[in-house]
Amino acid sequence: MMVQMLVDGVVAASFITLGVVGLSMVYNILNFPTFAQGDHIATGGYIALGLVALIGTAGSIAGLSFGWPLILALVCAAVLNGVVALALDRAIFSRLRRQNASRISLIMASFGVALMLRHLIIVFAGHEPHYFSFAIQPALDFGGVRITRNELVAVAVTTALVIGLHLFLSRTWLGKSMRAVSENPSLAKVNGIDVNRVILWTWVISAGLAAVAGVLLGVVVQIHPFMGFELLLPMFAALIVGGMTSIYGAVLGALLIGLAEGITVQYFVPEYRQAVSFIVVILVLMVRPNGILGEKA
Amino acid sequence: MDLLSYFVFFSVTASIFGIATLGLNLQWGFTGIMNVGIVGFFGVGAYTSAYLTGPNYPEAFGGFGLHPLIGYLGAMLTSGLVAAVVGIPTIRLKHDFLAIGTFGIAICIQLVAMNWKSATRGFDGLHSLPKPFTALAGTPFLANLYYLIMVLVFIALITFALERMVRSPWGRMLRAIREDEDAAAALGKNAFAFRLQTFVFGSMLMGLAGALYANFMGFISPQDLLPIFTFQVFVMLVVGGSGNNYGALLGAVIIWALWTVTESVLGAILPTELRQQVSAIRVVMVGAILVGMLLYRPQGLLPERRNSSPEARIRN
Repeated sequence: MMVQMLVDGVVAASFITLGVVGLSMVYNILNFPTFAQGDHIATGGYIALGLVALIGTAGSIAGLSFGWPLILALVCAAVLNGVVALALDRAIFSRLRRQNASRISLIMASFGVALMLRHLIIVFAGHEPHYFSFAIQPALDFGGVRITRNELVAVAVTTALVIGLHLFLSRTWLGKSMRAVSENPSLAKVNGIDVNRVILWTWVISAGLAAVAGVLLGVVVQIHPFMGFELLLPMFAALIVGGMTSIYGAVLGALLIGLAEGITVQYFVPEYRQAVSFIVVILVLMVRPNGILGEKA
Repeated sequence: MDLLSYFVFFSVTASIFGIATLGLNLQWGFTGIMNVGIVGFFGVGAYTSAYLTGPNYPEAFGGFGLHPLIGYLGAMLTSGLVAAVVGIPTIRLKHDFLAIGTFGIAICIQLVAMNWKSATRGFDGLHSLPKPFTALAGTPFLANLYYLIMVLVFIALITFALERMVRSPWGRMLRAIREDEDAAAALGKNAFAFRLQTFVFGSMLMGLAGALYANFMGFISPQDLLPIFTFQVFVMLVVGGSGNNYGALLGAVIIWALWTVTESVLGAILPTELRQQVSAIRVVMVGAILVGMLLYRPQGLLPERRNSSPEARIRN
């Protein structure tokens, strides 16, 4: 029971992780919490769904309910989702930045973008849930702990991407520039860092990872218009718990929120799954207003 | 007659939105604090009034059958209380925490409304809520007309009070905090207390709007507590002009008119099997209006007036 709960929590945490990394990057580099991050997850899932429909099958390899067609769709969806985010930045957020709009205006605009994306999905694909594949996948049984192959892939892909992101941020010029801009934009600019290029890659990476989250969520659960919106509160909770300023903190926060969700679903009330993250947030804010990994006030 | 009764119905709903928009204007327009969970406070008010005024439901507790005016007062109290509970831990921190906190509380309130069936009857909702003046008016049309007059009187009183408040030294302090919190703090003003006060007052207005809605419709269910409501109020304030009470009211009327008209127009043009798409297109359209206003006319149709203190104007 206990181990099963941990396993379910880690699976839930992997989707939150992939989403919250982008939320954290946008928050620290562009300086506002974007309420559209959840819906970028959904658009990513739907783009891949459309591509899989074009190919005709999600394929199947190694006992998974998907194969190369879906992997190809995933890569394309990640790139296209980045393009969508960039286009939105060019059309809306970059102009607001140039006008020195207040943070509240940026939050409101992101709320507007979120609703537009979600309802554009409904206009084109309807309310009904969709699946990449209807193949039934038996769960693997490890001494009473059950996990499907798809779920294992979701956790593995997330882990690999987080490690990759860590290497990117710590070893590459671009990654270091991103950290510099998030810590001190003016100082970064003085040192010859091209802030616009950093912003461009922030959107591309953030929306790309969101698309991966959307596809994995679609593979493990289903694709529906509110799939990303329902992840928004857990993602914000992970961001706050992790102290807002650190991507690593956010990843740790996602793990914590995922586990809290696992416990709730297992022992208490599954309907209140989303509420759990909120309760964790309020508790953390009361005890440590700067989050668990945040700087001291 | 049909058109007239539709107009009365429209005006009541637009006015209810207007009250919620005035609440957001106090919070965002004057004090610069963000509320992304307007619908949560609206919902707390609606359900409070439903409990206080509604009939006794056999399968859910509540139903005290009190007068709607008591329901409205109770709604303001409970929504103010919820605002204090969310505000106290989050308002001291940066803006983003209040935004996320209010977003979270609204989701939680909707979850409770959906799932705590022994209190809220879930999606069946609370029904048969009393509408004041029904017995006095005799016909449904007159009852709605009297209700409209009552809501308009409420709006007049609220607007008058808000205008007095924002022109008072208290209101000038709000704007001072909004523009430069450090300078305000250097003058020895407790920004936290001012922010918390406006957050609670504004949320009380949202709660009142919820109560007015519940008793007008005679019914409240989780279907009325969708995030789209918060979004509508945002757009109303941005279009009307944040920082201007009359702008808030104007925005509420314009956006609600646009919302209802597009529903009938799109509904008439497109076939019924595209009904889902119709309401979705409407949201996309209003989202585009919000973003367009933020980009091209952030001050809104009726911008905030400067020198709102009468004394200052005389000296100038």
